[in-house]
Amino acid sequence: MINFLANPERFTRLTRPLRPWLAGLAGLLFVWGLYLCFASPEDYQQGDTVRIMYVHVPAAWMGLAVYAAMGMASFFGLIFRHSLADAAAKAIAPIGAVFTALALVTGALWGMPMWGTPWQWDGRMTSELVLLLFYIGYIALHASIEDEARAARSTAILAMVGLVNLPIVHFSVQWWNSLHQGDSIFVKGGPTIGAPMLWPLFVMVAAYHVLTAWLFLVRLDSEILARKYRALRARLSFN
Amino acid sequence: MDLDMGKYVVFVWGCYGATALGLGGLILASLHTHMRRRKVLEALQAAADEVRK
Repeated sequence: MINFLANPERFTRLTRPLRPWLAGLAGLLFVWGLYLCFASPEDYQQGDTVRIMYVHVPAAWMGLAVYAAMGMASFFGLIFRHSLADAAAKAIAPIGAVFTALALVTGALWGMPMWGTPWQWDGRMTSELVLLLFYIGYIALHASIEDEARAARSTAILAMVGLVNLPIVHFSVQWWNSLHQGDSIFVKGGPTIGAPMLWPLFVMVAAYHVLTAWLFLVRLDSEILARKYRALRARLSFN
Repeated sequence: MDLDMGKYVVFVWGCYGATALGLGGLILASLHTHMRRRKVLEALQAAADEVRK
């Protein structure tokens, strides 16, 4: 399947019809999710600030998930010389960077009224910042190397090194004392959040996933176009 | 549906505003780049076809 999709022409042909459907579905999920965000009850302790959870948690999850996808694509590119793998990793990196930045900003805005501080150098917040720095490093490194093959190799190694940070982000609230709350959804015995707050969260998580899939396909197609352009220009300059 | 965030208005709407800006900016930038690259490639392909003729 992976080899079948490795051909850029075939990949574009197969995924282009999907794009408008994904965009439409993402739009619908966001409308539904946002309605639920403001129709859900306020928390008995946190009041209305609990509504920050509906944009903060999906952004933080997507920051991690996108990095995992970027690391996997980099692995395929480096080890199996998968022709679309580097393009895929390069296309998805800015999406993950934006989600991680949003997780940090919304987390700081949530922290101000609840913790009395927007930032603390604890395990969760510091590892999340390190994740953002890995994204920025990846994007900057790719942009700074002109030779495509060399850029692909160097950035793939950087992306794979950064994978080490993912379990640190996830388990940081268990390993170290933190102002950040512990897991409350994927815990033994089921989520500790009530259903009226869980539903808006799940709809927003679905919206973020579909938006990411759509943005990824648009950005990957864009990257394929850029590579076609460079190849055609090189061919013309030889003739 | 309750849009009155009381004393937390700055924090809650600040978060939703930042999210709208971040995601909206990403969507616009991605679509703009895609359109620009498609146009540039089409122009180069047309030039290449002219050269071939």
